[in-house]
Parts: sequence; structure tokens; C-alpha cells
Amino acid sequence: MIVSKLKEAKICFSNLRVTLPYPFGPGAEVGEGFRGKLKVDAEKCVGCGGCANVCPSRLIRFYDDGEQTRMEFILDRCTYCGRCAEVCPENAITMTQTFETATNDKTDLYIEQELYMLTCKRCGRCFETNNAIDRIPTQRMRRGRNFVGASMPHGAPEGGEPGK
Amino acid sequence: MIKRWTQKAFPKSLWVYHTNCAACNGCDIEIINVLTPYYDAERFGIKLVGSPRHADVLLVTGGVSRQIAPALRRLYAATPNPKLVFAIGSCACGGDVFYDSYAMYGGVDKVIPVNFYVSGCPPRPEAILYGVAVALGLAPKKVAKEIIRDFPEAADIDVPMLELHK
Repeated sequence: MIVSKLKEAKICFSNLRVTLPYPFGPGAEVGEGFRGKLKVDAEKCVGCGGCANVCPSRLIRFYDDGEQTRMEFILDRCTYCGRCAEVCPENAITMTQTFETATNDKTDLYIEQELYMLTCKRCGRCFETNNAIDRIPTQRMRRGRNFVGASMPHGAPEGGEPGK
Repeated sequence: MIKRWTQKAFPKSLWVYHTNCAACNGCDIEIINVLTPYYDAERFGIKLVGSPRHADVLLVTGGVSRQIAPALRRLYAATPNPKLVFAIGSCACGGDVFYDSYAMYGGVDKVIPVNFYVSGCPPRPEAILYGVAVALGLAPKKVAKEIIRDFPEAADIDVPMLELHK
């Protein structure tokens, strides 16, 4: 009886402390492919709407408000599948490793993004986001035919050398 | 203010009652994970109790289905004041992929008032623990609403509409 208790005590004391010091210290390591809260890069986003098309919980919403495209990410119902990051052609959406999303207000989890739309000089309609136009010289699209007289801010080269 | 209020209202241990309102059991397993010695939520005095009448905190998982909603309202009424409600998991926060389902309310906050939201599908045990720490005032919350505007400089915006009507 006593011997068995002593053996038990020996096993108990031979083990090290396993409790993690979290939240006062580091927790368990986050794995390589862990998908946390998503991040949007407005510099890269062209406003194509592919992410809104594939999102299973339909949390990405697009609003066309004249000269701006407004995107809303209602991340409280995000299922962290990462499909939006997969389909994004410009890799504007990335899944970060942030998991500490605890909050007392749901709107803390929202992301709002506004993209500026360029207007056609001929008809005066808004047709494409600023970022998408910036891609044209670098992605070998034909200029001056499809987008007649699009205004080019950010000092984009007017000539657009072929092959660049 | 919330910190002061929580510390005033709950000077001692938080006793939690865990209820599953149409969750897939993923969040429930993570809650059980938090109570294991590895994460050891009992450091903060958190104890799982078997009755809502003993509880200070309700841990609600799952987007609330129509079947369970009256029971959840009764449960909320049975918990003595002051009480906190934690919505754990994306289903409880906003309904996840079931947000517009005919059988689900899509979020605990549509049925009973919620104090803290822990998003994740399922949330990591650390995330739940962090939510508890935020509620107790031990840690600050790390997320805030982001508003991003990608507008060019004001000088770059020309007004083609005006040219058109010349």
C-alpha cells in the first residue's frame, strides 16, 4: 500500500510542469499552415470580386458607389477556410497567423475597404479600379484599345513600352 | 471601464456553464481543451459547473437553431445576475456558413445579449483563454475595426465628367 503510494508520488514528482504560461507568456506554437484572421492589402486589390464569389459564408460584400468600390469584410462569421486567399489573382488577401480575436464588440472584426474607380474619358462612366489600370503596362495587356483614354494617375508611363 | 466593472462584479472566481446550441462539437472540444492541465484555466479560478443557477458565465457555442432558442432564453433567465455571456466560435458570433439558414438564428446575439465574442472555426484554446483574459482585464484586446481607403492624391483626380459636358 505505502510502497505503491510512494511509487505514485515518484511518478508525479518526476514529471515536469506542463502548463503553458499563456496569456502571460508564450503559448503553444502556431503551425505552419495555420489560417488566422485575413488581411487585405488595398495597394494590390483590383476589386475583381473573386473572393466574394467563393466565400462560403458570404461575408465579403461589394458595393458600387459611383466613383468608389466599397468592400466589407464581416469577419465575425469567417470560417477561416482560406478560399479567398486562394483565388485572389493579385494575392491581396492573405491569411495571417493572428488568432487572438476576442473582443467585446463585434464591429472590431469588420474590415472596410474603399477602392477608387477610374472613369472613362469618352463616356464618363466608372469602369475599373485604379489598381487594375496600374497593372496594364506590367501585364502585357493591350493599351489604348480596350481602355480608350483612361486617365492614368500615379504617373504611369503613357507610352507603355512593348514587352514590359 | 469594462475592466473595472468586471473586476467589481466578479471579485472571485468565474464559474462557467457550457452550453451547446447546435454546434458541431468542435468548439466544445476546444473548451474542454482549455480546462486540461496543459492550458489550465483553473489558474484564473474558472470552474465548470453543472447548473446555470451556479454559474456566472455562460459559454455558448453554435449558431442557435430554432429548436434550442427557447431553451437558451430559459437558460439565460435561470442564470443569476451579474452574468457574462461568451459567444465562442464563428457560429456563435455571426452564424458562420449558416448565417442565413431557415433553421438557424445565426448568432447568439440575436437571441440573448452577448458580452464577449471569440471568433474562430474552431477557436484555438489560446484564443478562448485570451478571451477570458480580456474579460478579466488581464490582457488588452488586439483587434480593431479597419477602414482602408485606396484613394490617389487629390491632385491626381481629374474630373472627366466636366470635360464631357463642355
